[in-house]
Amino acid sequence: MGDTYKIAIVGSGPGGLSAAAHAAKLGVSHVLLERTDHLSDTIYKYQKGKYVMSTPDVLPLRSDATFSAGKRETILDSWNKTIAELKTNVRYNSEVVAVQKDGDVFNLKIADGAVIQAEAVVLAIGLQGNLNKLRVEGAELPLVQYQLDDPEEYEAETIVVIGAGDAGIENAIALAKQNSVILVNRSSEFARIKQGNLALITNAIEKGDIQCYHSAETAKVEPKAITLQVPDGQARVACDRIIARLGASAPRKFVESCGIKFPNEDRTSLPEVSPTYESNVPGLYIIGALGGYPLIKQAMNQGYEVVEYIIGNRIAPADQPLLEKKFAGLKSVDVEAVLSEIREVIPVWHSLNPLQLREVMLDSTVHVLKNGETVFKRNDYTNSFFTVLRGSVGIQIDPNDSTKVVTLGPGAFFGEMGLISGRRRTATVLAASDCVLFETPRRTMLKLVQSVDSLRRTLDQVAIMRQVQTHLAPGVPAAELKELVETAEIQKFKAGDVIFAQGDKGDHMHLIRSGSCTVSMRVGGRDVVLSYVPSGNYIGEMALLSDAPRSATVKAAHNVETVCIKGDAFKRVLDRNAALKGNVEAKFRQRIKANEQMQKQPEAGSIIEFLIAQGIGEGTDVLLIDESLCVHCDNCEKACAETHGGISRLDREAGPTFATLHVPTSCRHCEHPHCMAECPPNAIHRTPGGEVYIDDSCIGCGNCERNCPYKVIQLAYPPEEKFDLFSWLLMGKGPAPGEAMTYKKNGHDDHGHGHTEKAKRAVKCDMCKGIPGGASCVRACPTGAALRVSPEEFMSVATLSG
Amino acid sequence: MHESILVYRKHRYLKWALALAVVSALFYMIDSPLGQPNGGTWLGYTLGTISGGLMVWLAWFGVRKRRYGLGNVPLEDWLSAHVYLGIALALIATLHAGFQLGFNIHSALYILMMITIISGLVGLYFYISYPRLLTENRRGLSTEVMLAQIAELDRDLRQIAMTMDDATNAATLKATQDTIIGGSLMQQLRGHDEHCPTTQARLFVEGSDGGPQDAQRRQLLTRLIRKEDLLKRIRRDVQLRCLLKVWLYVHIPFSIAALAALVTHVVTVFYYW
Repeated sequence: MGDTYKIAIVGSGPGGLSAAAHAAKLGVSHVLLERTDHLSDTIYKYQKGKYVMSTPDVLPLRSDATFSAGKRETILDSWNKTIAELKTNVRYNSEVVAVQKDGDVFNLKIADGAVIQAEAVVLAIGLQGNLNKLRVEGAELPLVQYQLDDPEEYEAETIVVIGAGDAGIENAIALAKQNSVILVNRSSEFARIKQGNLALITNAIEKGDIQCYHSAETAKVEPKAITLQVPDGQARVACDRIIARLGASAPRKFVESCGIKFPNEDRTSLPEVSPTYESNVPGLYIIGALGGYPLIKQAMNQGYEVVEYIIGNRIAPADQPLLEKKFAGLKSVDVEAVLSEIREVIPVWHSLNPLQLREVMLDSTVHVLKNGETVFKRNDYTNSFFTVLRGSVGIQIDPNDSTKVVTLGPGAFFGEMGLISGRRRTATVLAASDCVLFETPRRTMLKLVQSVDSLRRTLDQVAIMRQVQTHLAPGVPAAELKELVETAEIQKFKAGDVIFAQGDKGDHMHLIRSGSCTVSMRVGGRDVVLSYVPSGNYIGEMALLSDAPRSATVKAAHNVETVCIKGDAFKRVLDRNAALKGNVEAKFRQRIKANEQMQKQPEAGSIIEFLIAQGIGEGTDVLLIDESLCVHCDNCEKACAETHGGISRLDREAGPTFATLHVPTSCRHCEHPHCMAECPPNAIHRTPGGEVYIDDSCIGCGNCERNCPYKVIQLAYPPEEKFDLFSWLLMGKGPAPGEAMTYKKNGHDDHGHGHTEKAKRAVKCDMCKGIPGGASCVRACPTGAALRVSPEEFMSVATLSG
Repeated sequence: MHESILVYRKHRYLKWALALAVVSALFYMIDSPLGQPNGGTWLGYTLGTISGGLMVWLAWFGVRKRRYGLGNVPLEDWLSAHVYLGIALALIATLHAGFQLGFNIHSALYILMMITIISGLVGLYFYISYPRLLTENRRGLSTEVMLAQIAELDRDLRQIAMTMDDATNAATLKATQDTIIGGSLMQQLRGHDEHCPTTQARLFVEGSDGGPQDAQRRQLLTRLIRKEDLLKRIRRDVQLRCLLKVWLYVHIPFSIAALAALVTHVVTVFYYW
């Protein structure tokens, strides 16, 4: 028999090594069993120099090992140092092949034949130790590998990368620098990958750097070739190397042999654990990715906590002090009590598990408001989501009459309309009594909506009712709209999709809740765009009211979500409400008139079409240049550079022109900004005025630059000091107005001044927020050619320039 | 917003300038000084002060234009006012001088100022008429794209010419190598090149008989014609852009000279009181 320990930890990843370090620190007898000859094999095998993120940012790290976002090498070095300093007992080259419980002790069988005994076992093996392998003829040949350590190791090879997940794409892009790369994707498009990677791979394929087979499967591997099953037959590709990145799954056989049960047969299912990370086998604990927590920081915290639990300390989770601070205004320090009150009172949060709820609360802000205080104002450009815990709020539904108020009590939520449409707030909300509210940021909500189905359903049901009441049937009580809302459904359309076509039968209508559409009609054999309809409007009521076929075609200008309303239900609502019927019919007549007007000037329609094709439809504030006035003096660019430290965020000359309307390369402040999607430090925000800007916490990762479809974000070094106009004019000090300072990384500038190394930062138009008077580019245009427009104004711009 | 400087804010600055000019002219008409009207009467001093002030203010536009992000008044207001008040200055200064012109420093100032104003008017004409011509001429292509297309045509031309006889090859090569876009100020302003090697090559190929290589000759010809068309547009582009800037080379130096003359004028007037 071998040695006996209090705790045996299997796997030296972030979770395992954090547990071992804590046990060492506490002087608890322990052993850390690692299959390889180094710590944390998964991170060890990351691409060289890979930048490792430390999300979630708000979660504090609780571990005896250090960890912060940084390069793979730095992180591994610091862990090695900690493990050595704490004299942690690590047993390398020790693959555990079996764990058996014998009375109160576990026997861990090692591959070399040794047996280790322990009172408690922590399984921290993660998933990456069990990579999915190719299961075809020839898969065992030496040209197949499942990992890529250093892409620069290979040169002038033909490499086939199988698997178009994030790992496969990152590998393919890194390899393409000096190899010829072929990517094999099992599905027909790139689904479920990070936006940044999507932009990179699409670009690489377009440029021809990477060749890609979609809907392809591996059929056979030969010593110098691979055969792929593609939609139209088989393709044999000669290659030097095959890198298969097929993901990883729980080493189910091993885990089950330890006595641990899985909830279902699904390949991706993971074992369930108690709040103290204990599995169904008493004394056997599971932490990290195998227990469902794949992030490094979570795993490290769990490592620390599991050791405390094993020695009998029921310590509170790491985020406890943060939540206590957050809830301080509630005059109740008991976090658990507040959390359970939240779960009980607020139905939206009901479906979250305790850990998810804690995360949401960490991201949220608690507002304790006195009666009459404002939560947000109509036309504010905020897009957070609010829930009411105690007290009530009043929503002013009529902008002209502040006495018309709808009151929401405890458990209700509001602010979801801004979240969905990405547009300005539609109503002012005030505290109707002393109340306690939670404000949850947009990013957190989007993540939740994507991952928690029941939350999305609850949200949608209430949202549809409110959207109908706000945009379609104001003043109609909810009871009368019940049938209409219950039969309504949410439909999604991609850019260019036809929502309905001219001549179709019109038995339903759409309320646009996000995105915008164009209405066009076939006149003399060609499509003429009649109008542009932004979100918050309804379409399709004309055919419904007149019982005629659709008179026009409606297409999605970009991603659109509509509430599709059944015609019969709508007609019944109209029959009961004379005032509403009058309104709808008035709008109907107005539309017919407007359509006739537009048919007389088809060039205006062409301009709208052009603007939509440039993606202007999803913008909220777009810079346009009237080329009939522009004298090409570039004062707009110079003004931009001057007010933003020497770097212009707009390129006047670049960008397309139609008639005399020019769309320069400049930020449009999109409704749902693409750049915001994947910012690791969450540095991109939207001000209440609508400007999308990047704050100082930018780390220069370049995700936003890649995610922006309009190429308006650039990475630049922070600028140097500038002098005033007369110092430049008379003394030659500094660069000329509007001219960028030549900044050389870690070197000397033209004047021989030395610099310390600075990191590049992402810069983009911030609409000159904080500068009185508004956007400098427009104010600096001497001829009035530069103008900024919002979607509501497109129609007037189009008719003006026509 | 989004209107030309001439109609900006419903002609606000035109009205200002008109009011100033009309009031000045009225005073000039009702005023009957001893002897000839001149700058030395009370009205002369008043009009002179207004003119001098206007000149300094008009010149300040150059500084204001470069003060980005400062001041709440958009630059278009400044330019609109600059244009109208500048035109008004021509009248007010003439009244100040009492229609007298001589061979002295005072008249030098008047002439420098008038040259500045007239060059400004020329600039105004350019600013109002050329942007639209510029855009129409480009037909949606940027200068860069046009240049890229020419470069591509040149590549094709060289390749096709290689298979042709020596004379054709030489003419084509000359067209790809010696064609000038832009060049000196005069060349830019001319907007076309009567000795353009591309045109010469086109004429040569048109006049030649391809014989067995007729297909190549035709390919060559179509490309040369396309290049000629692009060259025509791009030279027009250069010409228009040049015109939009070139007047400033008169307007600015003369305005500085006029300011210097203004200082001399004021100093001498008071020195020899």
